[in-house]
Amino acid sequence: MSVGTETRTWQIGEAGHCGSEIRSDVHVRIEPRDDGGISIDLESRVLPYYGDAIRRQAEEVLEALGVKHARVVIHDEGALPFVIAARIEAAARRSGLGEGTRVLPDLISLPESSPRDRMRRSRLYVPGSEPKYFINAALHGADAIILDLEDSVHPDEKDAARLLVRNVLRAVDFLQCERTVRINQLPLGLEDLEEIIPESPDLILIPKVEASDQILDVHHKIAEIKANYGMTRPIWLMPILESALGIERAYEIATACKEIVALTLGLEDYTADLGVVKTSTGAESFYARQRLVNAAHAARVQAIDSVFGDVGDLEALRVWALNSRAIGFEGMGCVHPLQIPVIHNAFAPTTVEIEKAQRVVAAYHEAQKKGLGVVSLGSKMIDPPVVQRALKLMAQAEAMGRLT
Amino acid sequence: MAILEKTELIRNAAGRLVPETANGRPQVPYLGVGKYRPIGNIAAPSIRTAADYPDNGDKRVADLETALRKCGLRDGMVISSHHHLRDGDHVALMALEAAARIGVKDLVWFPSASFPSQKGAIELMDSGVIDHIEGSMNGPLGDYCTQGKMRGMGVLRSHGGRWQAIQDGEVHIDIAVIAAPTADSFGNCDGSHGKSACGSLGFALADSIYADQVIVVTDNLVPFPCVPWQVQGNNVDYVVSVDSIGDPARIVSGTTQITRSPDRLRIAELVALFLRDAGIMRDGFSFQAGAGGIALAFVRYLKTMMKEAGVKARFVRGGSTKYLVELLEEGLTDYILDGQTFDLSGVQSIASNPRHVATSPFTSYNYHGKGNFASLVDAVVLGATEVDTNFNANVVTHSDGRLLHGIGGWQNCLAAGCTILAVPSFRDRIPVIVNEVTTLCGPGELIDAVVTERGIAINPRRQDLLNAVKGSKLPIRPLQEIKSEVERICGGMPQRPRLGDRSVAIVKWVDGTVLDSVWQVV
Repeated sequence: MSVGTETRTWQIGEAGHCGSEIRSDVHVRIEPRDDGGISIDLESRVLPYYGDAIRRQAEEVLEALGVKHARVVIHDEGALPFVIAARIEAAARRSGLGEGTRVLPDLISLPESSPRDRMRRSRLYVPGSEPKYFINAALHGADAIILDLEDSVHPDEKDAARLLVRNVLRAVDFLQCERTVRINQLPLGLEDLEEIIPESPDLILIPKVEASDQILDVHHKIAEIKANYGMTRPIWLMPILESALGIERAYEIATACKEIVALTLGLEDYTADLGVVKTSTGAESFYARQRLVNAAHAARVQAIDSVFGDVGDLEALRVWALNSRAIGFEGMGCVHPLQIPVIHNAFAPTTVEIEKAQRVVAAYHEAQKKGLGVVSLGSKMIDPPVVQRALKLMAQAEAMGRLT
Repeated sequence: MAILEKTELIRNAAGRLVPETANGRPQVPYLGVGKYRPIGNIAAPSIRTAADYPDNGDKRVADLETALRKCGLRDGMVISSHHHLRDGDHVALMALEAAARIGVKDLVWFPSASFPSQKGAIELMDSGVIDHIEGSMNGPLGDYCTQGKMRGMGVLRSHGGRWQAIQDGEVHIDIAVIAAPTADSFGNCDGSHGKSACGSLGFALADSIYADQVIVVTDNLVPFPCVPWQVQGNNVDYVVSVDSIGDPARIVSGTTQITRSPDRLRIAELVALFLRDAGIMRDGFSFQAGAGGIALAFVRYLKTMMKEAGVKARFVRGGSTKYLVELLEEGLTDYILDGQTFDLSGVQSIASNPRHVATSPFTSYNYHGKGNFASLVDAVVLGATEVDTNFNANVVTHSDGRLLHGIGGWQNCLAAGCTILAVPSFRDRIPVIVNEVTTLCGPGELIDAVVTERGIAINPRRQDLLNAVKGSKLPIRPLQEIKSEVERICGGMPQRPRLGDRSVAIVKWVDGTVLDSVWQVV
């Protein structure tokens, strides 16, 4: 590729982080030059073990990027290969080299595509620019992992985080978790899609949605990229409503396109929009949450609650989550793995509920067997919606391992 | 020893190359677990005569230098110290520096463990005051040793192995220097009270019994009697009163913090679930866990499970911390049998609760005892730097060959009914599960399970444990499978660091035989 020898558009490019407090990241500095080939200056806390491998990888990535002459300084803090590749690529792009070339780590086998109505009790946020959190994120049992490109990533790091998250989607096994990405607010979010969509995420979270046009922009962009790459696997959408206007338009947004599987909300921004204080009981956002639940159910999509920010108070989280379930939410967000089991317990059907559902289902089967049109339990007649709800609850209880 | 001697190497029963002699003394290569049975008599101190000691029991002398002179300090002597004051200890270095002022050379320092704050010993080795260290070497001292700078050969022993080496005569202590948080002028002393309180003084017991001369150094001199006493003044020659024996902030931590690392918490939870689902956690059981982040978190998880199941332990073994003390105070264990005390709650508890009992390496770990407590413990949770696919483990060196940790009670604890290594599957891209450990510290036949964040591997020798967890939801996986997964994540197997062919330290097994060598790092 052309590197603009005449125009001299090069500059020093740096990406990643190093230092005694940093783990699993790498700082790469690329200093382009006219000749002299590639020189690599490597410092690493895993030098005796992977020094040769890091050098080899750096040479391969630089060659693939078409970087021929540069002084490269790598300060590694035990980064895994997919991180090293992303940081070198980011540094090269920032130096004005390697534009238009992707250097992709080996793709691990893709899991089954994600069913539209899968269980989405918990979604664990992982900052898109923190390499140390990716590799074990799925071990904590969340239903979904959110690779976040938005609020947890500094504005100056958006380009690098995008490459990192792209590589994560190729190289990290997220086990049972739905693989989801929160893109940036549009229009920046559309640029994120260019890198992310080819790696088949299961779901995209769209932040700060206030109008169905935003959803359609994302929908069209994804369709276009999928067509270019010949992809057929579904990629679901979950809009995040974070303003008074977004909440007012919840139903319109939820029905904007058929890829939408859930609605959720962001209470930090919502309460800021209202100019009220966010409390741990959530009285100030009760209307917004209830409104969202109603709109989601009307649109036949899942209603998912916001995150609970106080990691230290698991008891308050438990109370919040029980209340969430009681008003019709099917899950919520997590900012720390310790929150996951608390949320799963709160969203699981209770023993009393299960026993009641079992009796309803048994009565239903009994009526079917006898060819009766009316299901009754004791002296009470059971309406069909009650039977349906009992069947759904039993299926949930089964999926959550609550049936013995 | 003028310079590290060139010695013949021999392959021991574990297949490791070990020197035939160390510091001029012939060595027995490791023969296998429980195979070595030396004969003869246990070492004994020389006869003492009470008439030689003051009738009023006042054994005080002006300072440590005076005490050392009175002990007849000379070149080549073995000076011992204990590590109950951990990284806050001032006394060991105070004694060695006093020896330097007296002008002696070629001493052997025989600590029960050494700490980074004692790196001043490096200068004393450079200048020839100390020939070598027989005892664990942490951080800077370990580095000094593996760089090949120590004149004599390092000898690494477990806590039990140290008692064993004293009893079978391998090490004869000329002068023991015992830092004491409380003492009387007769030499009775104890660790549970005083501004420098550290809990138990168990590591100093052997020294007090077997050394030719014993000096007690205290910063809390009380009128006779010092009650309780753990070290008996009847074994003590001199008492020195100083302003401070150590830095309290580094002797015990104020509060021990449980890790917040999600990965470590997951390991801790898996360990607790394993004990529960394997049926080890049952009424009247016992366990031992250290003060590392994973071990502390493990205790918290286990406590919840014990409450849910309505079971309590008969005893738990320390290093005690707030979390063990809570078990005791909430009636979830009848006793804490405590080898060392890690935090303020532990110190307060051992000083006030009769069910919190100080133990020593003799009761807990000694190979030359008629049994010891370690083998009575149902389960122990330990760390490791490396483990191989045959469950052999390393706890002293890192994969690059650097000596960075002591053995402590680790080897002795392997005698427990179920030995669990709780380790992350990799650290900073460096796999923990390897083809061959850099230094063999624990034979795989004694290690029953390896718990990592990616699953639990049970030693195939323990078919009973494999059967016990059948049908549970535990992520039981072959160790080899976890290893392969980690190597895939880390981008292949790591390079093998190049090690020199000169043995700079030996690792003793609990019976005094040589289990492995630590090689000079090139």
